[in-house]
Amino acid sequence: MKPNSSLSAAAADMRGCGSQRLSDDRRWEGGARGEPAVPPVIRHLYVHVPFCSRRCDYCDFVSLAGQRDRHDRYARALLAELELERDLLASELETVYLGGGTPTFLEPEALRTLLEGLPGASELTVEANPETVTPALAGALVEAGVNRVSLGAQSFQPRLLELLGRRAGPADVRRAVETLRDAGVDNISLDLLYGIPGQRRADLDADLDEALALAPEQLSCYELEAKPGTRFARAHGAELAEQADALEDHLERIVERLTTSGYRWYETANFARIESGRDLRAAHNLGYWRGHDYLGIGMGAVSTVRGLRWRNVPLLSRYLAAPGRKEKPPRETEALDEATRLRERLMLGLRLDEPVALAEVEAVLDREALVRFSLLGLVENDGKLLTLTSRGRMLGGAISADLILWPDTSLAA
Amino acid sequence: MDLSHIRNFSIIAHIDHGKSTLADRILELTHAISKREMREQVLDSMDLERERGITIKAQAVRVQWKGHELNLIDTPGHVDFTYEVSRSLQACEGALLVVDAAQGIEAQTLANAYLAIENNLEIVPVINKIDLPQADPEGTAIEVATLLGGAPEHVLAISAKSGVGVEAVLEAVIERIPPPAGDPSASARALVFDSSYDQYRGVVAFVRMVDGSFTRRQALKAMALGTEFEPEELGFFSPSMTPVEKLTAGEVGYIVTGLKDVARLRVGDTITTVTKPATDPLPGYKEVKPMVFAGLFPTDSDAYPELREALEKLKLNDAALLYEPETSKALGFGFRCGFLGLLHMEIVRERLEREFDLDLLVTAPNVAYRVKTNAGVEVEVHNPSEMPNDLDEVTEPYIRATVIVPKEFVGSVMELSGERRGRFDHMEYLSEQRVMLIYELPLGEIVLDFYDQLKSRTRGYASFDYDLSGFREGDLVRIDILVGGEPVDALSLILHRDRAYDTGRKLVEKLREEIPRQFFDVPIQAAIGSRVIARETVKAKRKDVLAKCYGGDITRKRKLLEKQKKGKKRMKQVGSVEVPQEAFLAVLKLDGGKK
Repeated sequence: MKPNSSLSAAAADMRGCGSQRLSDDRRWEGGARGEPAVPPVIRHLYVHVPFCSRRCDYCDFVSLAGQRDRHDRYARALLAELELERDLLASELETVYLGGGTPTFLEPEALRTLLEGLPGASELTVEANPETVTPALAGALVEAGVNRVSLGAQSFQPRLLELLGRRAGPADVRRAVETLRDAGVDNISLDLLYGIPGQRRADLDADLDEALALAPEQLSCYELEAKPGTRFARAHGAELAEQADALEDHLERIVERLTTSGYRWYETANFARIESGRDLRAAHNLGYWRGHDYLGIGMGAVSTVRGLRWRNVPLLSRYLAAPGRKEKPPRETEALDEATRLRERLMLGLRLDEPVALAEVEAVLDREALVRFSLLGLVENDGKLLTLTSRGRMLGGAISADLILWPDTSLAA
Repeated sequence: MDLSHIRNFSIIAHIDHGKSTLADRILELTHAISKREMREQVLDSMDLERERGITIKAQAVRVQWKGHELNLIDTPGHVDFTYEVSRSLQACEGALLVVDAAQGIEAQTLANAYLAIENNLEIVPVINKIDLPQADPEGTAIEVATLLGGAPEHVLAISAKSGVGVEAVLEAVIERIPPPAGDPSASARALVFDSSYDQYRGVVAFVRMVDGSFTRRQALKAMALGTEFEPEELGFFSPSMTPVEKLTAGEVGYIVTGLKDVARLRVGDTITTVTKPATDPLPGYKEVKPMVFAGLFPTDSDAYPELREALEKLKLNDAALLYEPETSKALGFGFRCGFLGLLHMEIVRERLEREFDLDLLVTAPNVAYRVKTNAGVEVEVHNPSEMPNDLDEVTEPYIRATVIVPKEFVGSVMELSGERRGRFDHMEYLSEQRVMLIYELPLGEIVLDFYDQLKSRTRGYASFDYDLSGFREGDLVRIDILVGGEPVDALSLILHRDRAYDTGRKLVEKLREEIPRQFFDVPIQAAIGSRVIARETVKAKRKDVLAKCYGGDITRKRKLLEKQKKGKKRMKQVGSVEVPQEAFLAVLKLDGGKK
């Protein structure tokens, strides 16, 4: 479950994007875009590791099974790309996040090379699949400065895990958490999926019980999305459509269960344990949701820097070729104008339990919709700050779609 | 050419019984067109017709055969176009009645055959597709002879597809169909039996010269409207347009009038010369009145001017189409259109969408009602939402329906007709297997889904035709539909009181399925006056979230939301409820009124 790598664009979209790649950092020196001539200072770094032991049937991320002989080369390519972008980064980073794929599936030597070459940060997260977590790995991670691990548990029901094509069983998850704790990792996040075909309410309750018993610092609960075209969607599409209504109960159940068990529902799909003296929310992801700039390196990784978003080529061979030539990888770029940036700010901000300042997003806010939603008790709005109510947060997608003024002026009416 | 060597005829056939194929073979056989340049089914020029196997506009093709000039005048095959058939038939002295040897005669063919007989046309029965394995030429010949009189031996047996027997058909045309009777030396009179509009050349009239002749550059006059014009060209179709210097009595051809305003030449009018005008016009056609009405609305309300323009253009070669502006609270600006029947409606809608690239919402059709209010005022109502509440009396159009089915389906037809307030008139055995049933039915019971039901309950075997038999009083009520407490004008309908409760209940159930869940509960009610007769609720949705959203997902998620919002734009706003366009057709999707 891999932040910063969900690429819907097929490789075909990237054809010819080599010619679109950004020339060099001089573009930041003002003039054309009216930006001030100061270099950006990015405090969030995402590093994408696409390799997995196998591809899960429902996965539509940029991921590759196996390829062990290329792990080392890939790690070096990442560091080469990082070197080329070094100027963008602040001297001290807030967060570094290794996502995938399965970063811990990397050959130990490659993983060590990578971790050693990455800059330090207050929060250094690595994603891991439970079956890859051994005492040796846990020790290596802690030694390299990793202080947060995100584990893809997904479910504790063997038949559901099998249906998802996951390798780890429930025992692997428990053992992984124990191993990480023993190694001194005091910030563990677990991913759970709901809406798995055949998942009953009792299964979900049992998953929540099992997860809570492990007392993770953070829990992410995602609805299973069967992207059209995946093998999974073909196999289970009809079943998923049938159970769509039941998922309403699931989300309500999850929120109810976790918020009464000492967790804060701080983002649509994320829950942080409430602990005095420590903020256990995912600092890296909060950066995305608060609209901070971030640099993403690796094949298929996305960066957003000062009104410009780019996505690296999602093809391994093309990605590997570029840094070796001391060139940035081929990229697809998207210019984000101010209105688009504000729309994203509103869309992302409404996912959080923190308010969005009305003044900030005023230019893209549909006032009429705001009044309508206030009357329906779906948003709270005191004239300065805007938050979704708990019922509103369950409808956050539809509400944001309506609250945002979209570019086509006829939509604004 | 002298009149005794001219034959004017048309082909009457049910859809798919082989009319176009036979026309093609005739063109081939007479070398009007070579095999190589043969597009299949040359006569049907519009794409739509080609696809649906329907011929809408009549056309005439002239061919030569053994010293004779034969004019083949095409006719539409469906009941909705009876008025066009009657126009075409007035240009002929005979008709080939083509019947599929495997299917037997169909109700619509029979109706058109009777129409031809009424017009004193000589009927030449032809059994087609005799080479099909399931063909029954003898049985079909007996059926045709029973229905039309005459001996089964006189029925020709052919395969238009392979060409077997087609020569004999041409022989029969010459031998059995009388030559036109007309006076070549009298003042010229030509009947306009159809017209089309060409954007460069203006109105092109299809005419049958009855008396006298026209030459090019001779000033002509349409007698009813008094429109005078000098033709740019005279000619005939061979099948391409072939100019001639002269059109004489008995011939069929076209006149390029040069008129740019289609309203100045009406189909059914008589054209004569300005210098030596005829005194009496030819008998014209019965004006046809649309009986089926529906609202047409652009799905994008900005497209209203385009819709208006498209209707204007369509009207040019579809005289029967009627339209007047309509404003609906739910659907915005559109037009209430009058059609001859359901197929006519379907074809107009498809032509608007295809030829004019419009995206349309067509409301459920209804019929014309004649209403007398308590105050004694009489009005004709074309739109259920305009039905006055202070009714004294309502009459509705009735039809005389002919249904032909294999005998095992008689029960199903009777059951369906009974559900639709039908009154049995009589029944006839056409053969041992096939039965013809005659029913009196309110047209209002037919326009929604009678035909679909008839087809499904007789496994596709039934054929159906009707003609109007007058207006009769009915115990009719208006059902209003309220969505979120707001009446939705476009969903009102008029029904017999006995069926109101059942239909009201089904309609709200259907709407509950069609209207997506909103941010709040939406009650859907059916009411007669202020009395609610059925109610359902669309429960508020409880979850609509984008599962997850991290750095790599933002662009895609933003686009998803934008798409979600665009999808909503296609919906119509009823109060604060967003109603998808499809929901306005809910009444068409009810399960056939089965109790």
